Formats: sequence, C-alpha cells, structure tokens
Amino acid sequence: MISTQLLDQLPALQVCLPLAGAALCALIDRRYIAWVLTTLISFAMPVIAVMMLIQVMTVGPISYAFGGWEPPFGIEYRVDVVNGFLLVLISVMGAIIMPYALRSVAAEIARNKQAWFYCMYLLCLAGLLGMAITADAFNAFVFMEISSLSMYVLIALGRDKRALVAAYQYLILGTIGATLYVIGVGLLFAMTGTLNFGDMAERIVAVEQSRPVLAALAFITVGMCLKLALFPLHVWLPNAYTGAPSVATAFIASTATKVAVYLLLRFYFSIFGAAFVFEDLPVTPILLVMSVAAMFAASIVAIFQGNVKRMLAYSSVAQMGYITLGIALATPIGLTGGIVHLFNHALMKGALFMALGCVALRIGGCRLDAMAGIGRRMPITMAAFVIAGLSLIGVPGTVGFVSKWYLALGAIEAGWWWLAFLIVGSSLLAVVYIGRVVEVAWFRAPTGTAAEATDPPLSMLIPTWILAAACIAFGLDAGFTAGVAAEAADALFAGLRQ
Amino acid sequence: MTSSDLILYALAIPFVTAILIPLAHRVPNLREAITLVGAGGLFVTVMMILGRVLAGERPSLGPVEVMPRLEIGFNVEPLGMIFACVASTLWVINSIYSIGYMRGNNEPRQTSFYVCFGVSLGATMGIAFSANLFTLFLFYELLTLVTYPLVTHKGNENAMKAGRVYLMLLIGTSMLLLLPAIVWTGFLAGTLDFTPGGILAGNASPALIGVLAFLFVYGIGKAAVMPVHFWLPAAMVAPTPVSALLHAVAVVKAGVFTVTKVVVYIFGIDVLASAGTVDWMLWVSGGTILLASLVALRQDNLKRRLAFSTVSQLSYVVMAAAILAPISLVGAAVHIAAHAVSKITLFFAAGSVYTAAHVTEISQMKGIGRRMPWTMVAFAIGALSMIGVPPTAGFLGKWFILQGAYETEKWIAVGVVILSTGLNAAYFLPIVFSAFFEKERPEHVGEHGDHGEAPLPIVIALTLTAIGTVALFLFPDTLVFLAQSMVDGGAMVEGVPDPDMLADPGGVGSDTAVGTEAAPAEEEAQ
Repeated sequence: MISTQLLDQLPALQVCLPLAGAALCALIDRRYIAWVLTTLISFAMPVIAVMMLIQVMTVGPISYAFGGWEPPFGIEYRVDVVNGFLLVLISVMGAIIMPYALRSVAAEIARNKQAWFYCMYLLCLAGLLGMAITADAFNAFVFMEISSLSMYVLIALGRDKRALVAAYQYLILGTIGATLYVIGVGLLFAMTGTLNFGDMAERIVAVEQSRPVLAALAFITVGMCLKLALFPLHVWLPNAYTGAPSVATAFIASTATKVAVYLLLRFYFSIFGAAFVFEDLPVTPILLVMSVAAMFAASIVAIFQGNVKRMLAYSSVAQMGYITLGIALATPIGLTGGIVHLFNHALMKGALFMALGCVALRIGGCRLDAMAGIGRRMPITMAAFVIAGLSLIGVPGTVGFVSKWYLALGAIEAGWWWLAFLIVGSSLLAVVYIGRVVEVAWFRAPTGTAAEATDPPLSMLIPTWILAAACIAFGLDAGFTAGVAAEAADALFAGLRQ
Repeated sequence: MTSSDLILYALAIPFVTAILIPLAHRVPNLREAITLVGAGGLFVTVMMILGRVLAGERPSLGPVEVMPRLEIGFNVEPLGMIFACVASTLWVINSIYSIGYMRGNNEPRQTSFYVCFGVSLGATMGIAFSANLFTLFLFYELLTLVTYPLVTHKGNENAMKAGRVYLMLLIGTSMLLLLPAIVWTGFLAGTLDFTPGGILAGNASPALIGVLAFLFVYGIGKAAVMPVHFWLPAAMVAPTPVSALLHAVAVVKAGVFTVTKVVVYIFGIDVLASAGTVDWMLWVSGGTILLASLVALRQDNLKRRLAFSTVSQLSYVVMAAAILAPISLVGAAVHIAAHAVSKITLFFAAGSVYTAAHVTEISQMKGIGRRMPWTMVAFAIGALSMIGVPPTAGFLGKWFILQGAYETEKWIAVGVVILSTGLNAAYFLPIVFSAFFEKERPEHVGEHGDHGEAPLPIVIALTLTAIGTVALFLFPDTLVFLAQSMVDGGAMVEGVPDPDMLADPGGVGSDTAVGTEAAPAEEEAQ
C-alpha cells in the first residue's frame, strides 16, 4: 500500500526532493556532505523519471494535482511522452555528472563555496525538472526563474573574473526572456482566464484570431528563443558557457536550453495548435531562416575561436539551430528529428564539455594553444573527445547521424531538397573546428603544463566515457531514442484537446 | 559453421586483431605475429565463404534495425566476394611487406600503425559484405576516419596538410553529396537494400535519376573521379604499405566497388539505360582516365606517378559501369581485382626502392634494375599489367570493357581505352627501360651508397603479387565466373558453375543476352 502511495507521489518527488536537498546543502555547508547528498538525490532522479516514463508508455499520461487542488484550478503536474522523455534526459545528465563533479569542483571552486555550488546545482536541477513537469503556465515561469537564478550563480562561481560579467549578461538577457514569456502568459490568461495548459488549449480556440493571442504567441516565441539561444538571440550563451566551471557548463549545456525548447513545443503544438501556428502564421519561414543562419553563422564563428570551450559554446548555438529547424519543418519526421536531436545533442555536448573539464583539471584552462600535444598525454580523455566530436559531425554509427537522417528526410519529404543540402553542408563546418583541435592535440609538441599532463582520475573518466559510449550506442541502436521521439512528435501533433 | 557465423568472423577478426595488437606493444615480434595470424585467419575465413558462394549460396547476416528504414545487415553477393577476396589476400602479403618496410625504415609509432591497419581491413570487409546502402555508408566513413592517422603517420607539417585534404575531400563529398543521395533514395524507394535490378525503377523521373547518379558518382569520393581526386595524391605522404594496400586496393576499390554496386543494385542498369540522363558519366570517367594519365606523365616522384595512374585506372571501373552493358560490368568487377594486384606490386616496388636505396624520384632510378633485379622485374610485370599487355591481369578487364563498348556502340569508351593504353605505356615503360638499360649516375651512387635488394620480407611480398598478376591472367575462371554471376543475377544462383562457361570467359552461355551479343563483339575485337 505504501508503495502505491509513493508511486502516486512520484511527480511531486521529482521536484521536491532536489528542492529540499538544496536547502539542506545550504544549511549543512560541508562540502563532502553536500556532495554526498547531492549525489544521492541526483541518482534518485532518473529512477523516478524512468518509472514515470514507463508508466506513461504503458498506461498513459500521468496527471498529478498538486496539494490536492484539482486542475484546472490548482497546479497540475502532467507527464506525457514528450516531457517524460525530457525528464529522463535531464535527470540522467544530472546524475552522470555528479561523480565527475567531486574532483572537478574541488579543483575549480574555492573551498568555502563548494557546498553552495552543490546547493545551486540542486536548485537548478529542481527548476529544470519543474519546468518540464508542470502543466501550469505560471508555475513554469516560477521554475524558470528558479533555474535561471541558480544558473547565474553557478556561472559566477567560475574562477575566471570574466565569469562575473558573463553571469551578469546572462542575468539581464535571461530576465528579459523570462519577462517576455510572462507577458505572453499574462495575455493568454486575460483572454482565456486559465493558466492550465489543457484548459487553455480548449479555451483558446474561441479567441484564436484575436490580437492579444497573436501578441502572446510572439512574446512567448521571442522569450523562449532567447532562453534556448536561437541565433541571433544567442549572445549570452558563449560567454556564459566559457566562464562557468566545467561541471556547470557540462550540465547547463546539456539540459537548460533543451527545457526552453520543450516549453516552446508545448505552446506551439499543445496550446496554440500546429495548424494555427504553422499554417495560419508564418512561423515556419521565420524559424527556418533563423535556424539555418544559426547552423552556418555559429559554426563559422566556432572555427575561429582560440578557446575550445568557447568554440563548443558556439557549436551549441549551431546545434540548437538543428533542433529549431526540426520544429520549423512541422512534419512528424522533421519534429522527430528535432526532438531526437535534443537528446543526442545533450549526450555529445555533455561528453565534449566533460572531456574538456578533464583537460582543464590537468592544464588549468581550455585554450587551444595550451592543448598542444595533449592527445598523446591524455589519450583516453581525448579519445572520448574525438568520439563525441564525430557525433557532432554526424558520422554514421553515432547519434549525430540519427538526428541528421531525420532532419534531411524531413526536408526532402517536404520537397525542400536544398534544405537537405544545407543540413549536411553545415555539418562539414564541424569537421573543420573539431579537426583543428585534433591537429593541435596530436601534431604539435606539448609545452608547459601539457607536457606533464596525464589522464584524470577514474571518477572523471568514467562519466565522460559513459556519455561518449552512449554517443555510439544510441547511434547504432536508435530504436529507443528515435522511437520515443517519434511518439512524442505524434503526441504533440495530436494536441492536448480531446 | 553456418554461413552467418563465417561472415561474423570475417568482420570480427580484423577488429579483434586491432584490439590485441596494443597488448603486445612492447614485444614487436609478438605484435607482428598477431597481425600475421589475424590476416591469415581472415584469409582462410574469406576463402571458406568463397567456397559457399561458388556453390551458389548467398550467405547473409542480420539485418539488425538501427531505426526505421535503417538496418545493419550483410549479404555476400559475387561483387562483394571479389572485393573481399582481393583485400583479404593482399592483406596477408602486405603484412609481410609491412614488417620489412616499417623495420627497415625505423618508422615511429608502429603499434598504432598496425592497429589502424586492422580496423581498415575490418571496415573493408564491412563494405564488401554490406547488404544495404546504410551499412555500406557506415563502414565507408569508418574507413575514411581510420585511414586518416595512417596518412598523417609521419606527423610533420606536410603530413598534417595532406591529412586535411584527405579528410575534407572524403568526408566532404560523402556528407555533402552521398548522404543526401542515400536519404533521397531511401525516401523514393522506401528501402536501401541492394536488390538485383535496382530499387528505383518506377520511383524516380529520368531527370531525378540523373541528379541522383551525379550525387552518387561525386559523393563517392573514394572513386576519385576528377575533380574530387586530389585526396589520392595527397595520401601518398603515408608510409608505402599504406599507399600499397589502402590507396591502391582497399580505399580506392571501396570507392569504385560502391559505384558499381550502386549502378547494379540501386539503379539497375536497365533503369539507367532507359533514363538516358547518365551519358555524362562516360565523359567524366573517360576524361579522368586521359587527364590523370597526362598528369602522371609529368610526375617525377614515383609514388605520385603511381597515384595518378591509380586515379586513371579507377575511372576505368566507373566508365565500365557507365557503359551500362552487362559484359562491361563483368569488366568492371574483373578490373577491380586485376588492378589491385598489379598496382600493389608497383607500390611494393616503389617502397622497396625507397627502403634499399632511399630514392623517391624516377630520375634517380637509372640503372637500379641491376642492383635490385627482383624488385624491378616485379615492377615491369606490374607496369605491363597497367598497360594491359597479356599475359598479365590488366588485359582481362580492358578486354571485357572493350566488348561492352563495342556492343553498345559507345565509341568514346573505345577511343579512351586505346588512347590511355598508349599513355600508360608512355609513363611506365621509360621507368622500366632506364632501370635496366641506362647507366647508373655516379652522383646517385654517392647519395645512397652501395646497396642491393630490399629486406627479404619486401622481396617475398612483391614477388608474390607479381606472380599473382600473371596467375590471374592464366587462371581467371573463378574471378570471371563471379563477375558473370553478378550481372545475370538469379541465373547462376542455383547449381554449380557451367563448365562451358568456365572454358570461355568471354561468353555466359548461349541462352543469355550477354552470350549472344558478346560473341560477335569478340570477333570484332580480334
């Protein structure tokens, strides 16, 4: 009996556990205890998320009335295939990084601030999971603020002074994004009188063509595009990723922008409805142009970066372009490509940033010059880097290929064969910037600290390799990822309206 | 042992070898022994598969689904069998050669060299046995990636630049052109399986077929059709065993093999012939044959001359496919094998000269035949085969290609073959002549000192392949039978080979279209 009661509470636990953990970390203020606590909680998260996803796949969507207040009046947590998949992604990434964090955080963050780091990490995790799980537009805003505020702190904890500027820049732009979102939600609330996603979806039909609803769509689109760093609203991202501590970068890069994409998907498909957004309004051409611009412009900028972390940050902007491209295609196959790339990009960027964190641990930075000859000194780390880099390029047998296949197929299916060429063409730019690192890391003689560098301890190597191996495993057997993504795309097209 | 197991072993042996090699890092003799055992094991396995294919079986493995429409699966058909036999046989010989070469030249990082070699062969087997385009593409890209460290083996600025060209051209063409072609094909046909007669019949307009053919021919950069051939001369910075086995056999043959495979099993020659939008293939391949030969004429560096010769010879296969006659496709398949064994001989000889005399330029090779008779005789045999003089293997491929060209009245192809034969003679025979009949220049003797033949493993290897070049001409039955059964699809699948057919490599038997039309063509050629 207790077990079924506990099962019923899974959606609440998914968010409340890390929130409570964050408070505990702050109260205890001992770095080892904080790490143990954070690790335990972050390991519990994927268990909960997977259990919920299994339930969703077998029984159907889970609806949880928070505090017993029935929707649409109270706050509803609702898990379906779309966000169930996202919850698994966020929580798994959050868990894999924790064993890695112990050494990396110890090396990169002042002793007296390490407990706070874990506190903020848990807050951020709670915020992201909350954004993903809630079915309440305003509650999503609250969680967005929780995750963003904690993210600003995580970034500012970087030992580089420029991290402070980066955090401040992100603070301002992130707040603008969130404000735009909440204005949009306010307009929708004024027109429909509800904040519940499902309820809103039903009521919006009557007022669909009204000006406030159109304005709300515009506000939410721009707000979320700022959060997900769609070119040209991406300016905060490269600085933030470069300045943040390695662990924070790896975690944020593989989760935060993905949640913003999810909210955008939710509003487009579940609330406004695909027909309204993509057929009545010119959202497709706008997103398409921005996405293609991101794929090329950001990749080209990445080629010229002297700091590898910054290079990968620009690469992230380019990769977000693939995801929004999948949305812009607005077909089941294209959307499947976008959603599967959410997952795939998290894997490869996680692996890349974690490999870089290993390098930073040994040589104290991520400048390309300083990485000369590192390939022979840290072969295991750099092998993981290369595997994840190949995924970024989209070599067959890696996850990147799976995404590219769906996106190209979606483009050809839509009759836009030129778009298929743009998709594969932009991946060639990844060959150049990954190739640059490979050349420096293997063909130059090591100097300075790089000459004495060795592979990092296993606690960092194993998590990095789990992600790198996952890049290949899910590339050779995409049944799970592509299958769930396809179901999620179908669910999105089906909409929330009964 | 089931046939599926055999395929699995053929794929696994090279990879397992590659994993075991680093374990013997500190014991070079053991390390090389592992390579030799691996190569030998693969050879035996492939020969066992060959036995079953000759008996009419078409062994297969899988498929395993990666995601909807994409499967990894293997299926041994005659063309893949030829390719696998060539690659695995020559790996054994090349391994012997490598030991002599790598030790003789004190090359660094030999362990990673052998590891990459093992993986390359695994990828080659994957390409040869692939049952669909996706599987082929997977191993095709793997082969590019794993040969990159071999090309850049020297680790200097030069090698790095060459590596850039190599990677960007091969990955670039395959991502930019081949991948969209595969996606498009998958979209049109709903499948990517290699199917006799093709999968595009009725699914694509003639114009689209022309576009797809363009994407395939240029997307398969490994086939080195001009102007995407630059990677091949660049790859010559690699140690000679790499140039010999990979850039004369495995990698480049993977390219033309893929082109042939796409023509036969994806488009289907009838579909291509009736579409009428692929005549340009004849022109670009013919142009490549002649242009590359002209460039080869002007190269003084021996390996570069050989590289351009390879570019030229590869386009024979593409042209043979573009002729779109069954008999010329037999020629394509035969030429894949014949050129492989001859060109590897030439590279072996070049490496032998480099190891013994430290000479890389043709102008320095005057009179070297007297010091290195084995090497230069082998070189001469390889050169004759390039020209297509009987009794060498090179004659066979040209013979079938010419037959197909007469049959379909593709006079351009006939002209190209005749002209290029002259050019081949013009850039190979002077080397042979000056090596044997010109006097050694005293200043060159000063440069490389008094030397004799190269180390024994090298001499053994090049002698074996030279013998192979002649043997393939004298005993072509199995090869031609396999090539033949590729084009008549089902006809040869059941039962044992027809003895009449084996006695007469030119015809297939009176009941097929090829046989009846090939006979007058033969007379005409004579």
